[in-house]
Amino acid sequence: MRYIEPHGHMVSRTTNDYQAMITAGCAAVCEPAFWAGFDRGSADGFRDYYRQLTEHEPARAAKFMLPHYCWLCLNPKEAEDLSLAKDVLAMIPEFIDRPNVLGIGEIGLNRNTRNEMKVLEQHIEIAVKYDQLILVHTPHLEDKLKGTKLIVDLLKSHSGVNPDRVIIDHVEEHTIQAVLDQGFWAGITLYPDSKSSPPRAVDMLEICGRERIWLNSACDWGISDPLAVPKTAIEMRHRGYSAEFVDQILFQNPVRFLSQCPKFSVPVT
Amino acid sequence: MHPPQPDSPPANSANKALVDDSFVPVRAKLIEVAAFLDRVERHGVDGDFRCQALNKAAQVLLDGEPERARRILESLSDPTTEPDDVSTGKPAVGAWQKPATQ
Ligand SMILES: [Zn+2]
Repeated sequence: MRYIEPHGHMVSRTTNDYQAMITAGCAAVCEPAFWAGFDRGSADGFRDYYRQLTEHEPARAAKFMLPHYCWLCLNPKEAEDLSLAKDVLAMIPEFIDRPNVLGIGEIGLNRNTRNEMKVLEQHIEIAVKYDQLILVHTPHLEDKLKGTKLIVDLLKSHSGVNPDRVIIDHVEEHTIQAVLDQGFWAGITLYPDSKSSPPRAVDMLEICGRERIWLNSACDWGISDPLAVPKTAIEMRHRGYSAEFVDQILFQNPVRFLSQCPKFSVPVT
Repeated sequence: MHPPQPDSPPANSANKALVDDSFVPVRAKLIEVAAFLDRVERHGVDGDFRCQALNKAAQVLLDGEPERARRILESLSDPTTEPDDVSTGKPAVGAWQKPATQ
């Protein structure tokens, strides 16, 4: 089996996890910029983080012959501080041409505030200006439904945004159809206690179809499983789906979306 | 724009396995819900808005209508539509409570 992990925060994972992912058939990993678990004190903290994402982490993955890509942004959790956001966003163009950068992400909303909306809008402007793919984080728990609607409306209102080039992540049963109906891609995140489980993810594929959807583990420093994607293949096979079906969802779909970025090369498996 | 494309697995023994394999783990989760509601009642914290939201969401299981997962998620969601003026700074807690000022 081969699969792509399109959303993994590898800076917070151990080297053993790289080893396990490779053993399970991982052919490429993509790492969105996110929150470190504490608010960074200054824009310089982000400069170091972007260097980690574009220099150190791809080198760590390369030891396992695993292609590593990343996305750049200021995570919505740190978007309340507008002056910090201004400084950090001004720094993104310096890194955008680096060879493993796929686009702008994971941007979006956290608690659905006006400041978060402003910073989201600024990120969208950068993505449009530099013709970048967009990866969107949708809020947690009770905030997801409202936040997803606000995000979809904002993206649709921007004439420069092509929904084919945007993936809206962490969808669940109450948000997936609205995302797909508007022409965006949808990401299903496999998490132990929130977001989706493997059986629910396969349910969503049965209800919403197999197009424009990818699965990811969003593994990070919290309780999460870097092998959640290949484990979901077991659920698919258990329900009687073919190996070709599994390959389409776990490998071909992410390849189709990510190939819209010329820097992404289809992994040789 | 992109109509749903229902996708069903090939009809075979997998359909029965769906129940065979999942029934006991799902049964366990339902009992956890019941035990949680008993526990918070016993300890006098069942008035917490999250416990009440869970009770309300659980009613969806009894109405015999489809799309139970979607409707439970919606029942636990913030129903407002405007961005909030200021952040509370707190993380999401899983159920929505109407702010005291509204
Ligand atoms: Zn993430």
